[in-house]
Amino acid sequence: MSVTTTRGAEPLPTTSHARNWRPGYAVKLLLMALVNAFGVYTIWAAYLQSSWGIAIGSAVILVVVDWIYFAKRTLPLKYIVPGLLFLLVFQLGSMLYTGYVAFTNYSTGHNTTMDQAVDAIMIQNERRSEDSPSYPLVVVRDEDALGFAILDGETVRVGTAEEALADAPDAVVDGTSIVEVPGWEVVPRTDVLTDQELQEAVLALRVPVSEDAEEGSIRTREGSTGAVYRSSLEYDQDAGTMTDTASGVVYHADQQQGLFVAEDGTALTVGWRVHVGFDNFTRAFTEADYSTAFLRIVLWTFAFAALSVASAFLVGLALAIVFDDTRLRARKLMRTLFVLPYAFPAFLSALLWRGMLNPNPQYGLINDWFFFDAYIRWLSDPFLAKVALLVVNLWLSFPYWFVITTGALQSLPDDVMEAARIDGAGGWRTWRSITLPLLLVSTAPLLIASFAFNFNNFALIFMLTGGGPRFTDTSAALGHTDILISMIYQISGAAGGRSDYGLASALSILVFLVVGTISALAFRQTRKLEEIL
Amino acid sequence: MRKLIVGVAALSATALLAACGGGGGGGNEAEPTTGSSAEETTSAAAGGAGEIVIWVDANREPGVIAASEKFEEETGVAVTVVQKEFGDIRSDFLALVPTGEGPDIAVGAHDWLGSFIVNGVISSVDLADKTSEFSDVSLEAFTWEGQLYGLPTAVESVGLIRNTELAPDPVGGTFEEMVASGEATGAQYPFLIKTGPEGDAYTYYAFQTSFGAPVFQQNDDGSYASELGMGEEGGQAFATWLAENGQTGTGLLNTDITLDIAEAEFMAGNSPYIIDGPWNVAKYEDAGLTIAVDPIPAAGPETAAPFVGVQGFYLSAQSQNQLLATDFLVNYMATQEAQTAIYTSDPRPPAMNAVADSLADDPVLTGFLAAAENGAPMPSIPEMNSVWDFWGVTQASIISGAAEAGPAWDKMIADINGAIG
Repeated sequence: MSVTTTRGAEPLPTTSHARNWRPGYAVKLLLMALVNAFGVYTIWAAYLQSSWGIAIGSAVILVVVDWIYFAKRTLPLKYIVPGLLFLLVFQLGSMLYTGYVAFTNYSTGHNTTMDQAVDAIMIQNERRSEDSPSYPLVVVRDEDALGFAILDGETVRVGTAEEALADAPDAVVDGTSIVEVPGWEVVPRTDVLTDQELQEAVLALRVPVSEDAEEGSIRTREGSTGAVYRSSLEYDQDAGTMTDTASGVVYHADQQQGLFVAEDGTALTVGWRVHVGFDNFTRAFTEADYSTAFLRIVLWTFAFAALSVASAFLVGLALAIVFDDTRLRARKLMRTLFVLPYAFPAFLSALLWRGMLNPNPQYGLINDWFFFDAYIRWLSDPFLAKVALLVVNLWLSFPYWFVITTGALQSLPDDVMEAARIDGAGGWRTWRSITLPLLLVSTAPLLIASFAFNFNNFALIFMLTGGGPRFTDTSAALGHTDILISMIYQISGAAGGRSDYGLASALSILVFLVVGTISALAFRQTRKLEEIL
Repeated sequence: MRKLIVGVAALSATALLAACGGGGGGGNEAEPTTGSSAEETTSAAAGGAGEIVIWVDANREPGVIAASEKFEEETGVAVTVVQKEFGDIRSDFLALVPTGEGPDIAVGAHDWLGSFIVNGVISSVDLADKTSEFSDVSLEAFTWEGQLYGLPTAVESVGLIRNTELAPDPVGGTFEEMVASGEATGAQYPFLIKTGPEGDAYTYYAFQTSFGAPVFQQNDDGSYASELGMGEEGGQAFATWLAENGQTGTGLLNTDITLDIAEAEFMAGNSPYIIDGPWNVAKYEDAGLTIAVDPIPAAGPETAAPFVGVQGFYLSAQSQNQLLATDFLVNYMATQEAQTAIYTSDPRPPAMNAVADSLADDPVLTGFLAAAENGAPMPSIPEMNSVWDFWGVTQASIISGAAEAGPAWDKMIADINGAIG
């Protein structure tokens, strides 16, 4: 076996390092065995759950992974694949689902499939007759039919779905429990409880009380007592209609809206999910409640993100320059102190600030200490709330820029500075023409990332203002400091209230497009900066 | 040599796989006799055959487990109790029931009923003769269009909590009397009510109803219609009262008093009274206060009726084991024994009369039960969801003086009607 190194002009390896027997290979083998074991377990578990998508997906992934790590020619893939897989599983999955939901009317009242909606409507409209007592009941069967035997006073009555209740005079009763019914096999209760198919059949069984359907039918809910129930709706699966048995009103299944709708426009309570095309994408602009708020929220989102980044960058940079001066004493200590705001969890700081910004100087430190006990409504005045948000965000994020720019300043080449000085450039000129451009080369990508982060800075908005103060000219529950992501949160109903996942998903996609486009454009611009060098 | 190595590798990999696969795959063969790992993974998500899954919060978990033991013993059915954050149950139940991964039974608050109904995720419950064993308000709360949809366990409402050191005697029935006796104690605040910049319509509701302005109009049987009941004179009178006692008036009501501040000031002994619920009793008692509970005094001409919140258990509409789940709920959970177990693990005023009677010597508990008796269940109709977004905020803007009482209240009514559609 030849020595396998790839350096210089030594002979090429005869075997791939992928199959070379060395300690590293043993480790790899062990790791791959674990991966395979996990993969097979996942496939097996998915198979047991009848989740075919997951089973097939995991099988494909497993085969691909095995091929990559045991084949010769896949060296780059060996490094990329783990990250790629996690991206696929954790990012792409939820992105695709969001994309799917954006084209449906998934929302409060349209939460399920049509079959489940029918189930629910039937449940809600089947009522126990008010005068019906509870009868002791047993489940009985013969060769082909399942039935109920109930104890009505002293007499036992038996019936099936087809045959209405009839007296069974020879039945044996012990106390209140029916022991034997001639011509029928009494099904033991334990059988009902443990056999799931039987359980479902028993639940679905309705035994008419008499030939007259108006009198209702016996139904059991837990298998040991029965009562008379009447349903006020009749479902015709083939026609897709619900008919009100009392009034005769017919509700048609409307697949456009996902509702059962009558001629006069009234609808039954429970609807189901249907595809609605691009409706959700246009609603934000056209629906009166949202359109007036939407534009202002978009503008504020941009302003908030841009101003947050700009102010934090400038303050951080200014401090970095000041503390870069070697004449300053106790620089290290001061630098450490400046990083502190960054070291606290942001949402905790936001909550603290919320308390400190209480307008009443008795409770709010800010008004007490800095504004001569004035009563300033920091969080409930539309303009001041925005100012407060920007200031708090500045306080939270300037240490980050302080650290970044300190590092960048220290790595600037001294010779360029010296050359500038020799060429006769003053302090400002040097900073403007040399320092800043050089600094931007290394920090511009971070500025873009920070912009994208602040564009979706949900935690701060949620913790500090909750989006308030509320807009007064729209009925949507949105406020002056809501940014797009907190608007989406409000619409999704995660905070309570009505949820509209379809609209929320559509807006998420819009946000993604905006952030994606801006980032792409900005990154292209930063490439130009590098040409300065 | 290379081939040999590959062969060995393949062999050892197969052996390893076989060993690992044996653990997972063996589950299939062993399933009928023993609970294998594969079976457990299935059961955690959804109830398999002969098994029910219950979602419950950490506080009530021991009580439910105690109740389920008897059921497991007598029927041989396994009960899997899954502990969840109470606040997460609503949205998770809504999201998971349609997928078939939801539980068979879940604990919840009665005001989730409306969204559970329109989303079609719950089944009705028939307590039959047992209805007489539960308090009327608790059953009313879980009833929708004349049909019961849950098993109530606890009944909660806010009451007037009194620091007996500062105010040893129960207060009179009106707001003025309470304020007068509060001022007589010389404490910093005559009384406290948490408000905050977003308002707190829930806590304020008793005062609102004392002006004859229920949030929705009530039918004769106590259920709510979908027309707002606070748009008339009563609502306006309440709004005027908020302004008169707000920050530009007497200052008794103040949006600066947030939840934290109200609790802290009361614990510091700076006020003889606070409007608060049973959930904070332990906190106050731990702070060394001796407290008593009275019904909330009326600010207007009518009885002050706080919101009553009822908690209980819902039954999934898509349960694969609905018969078992119903059997458990009706025949094992709706018993004094089980309800006592749940009270013991999570002491909230019980919904079952017999359990409440057995606790008659607890003055704080009976005080809250008396306060709840004045109350009405918080509406669980779907329209209620549209109210919260506007209600408290409007009250806060009136109290702070940022908005004028009359027009602000009218706009709120219009907004809510717009949101209801």
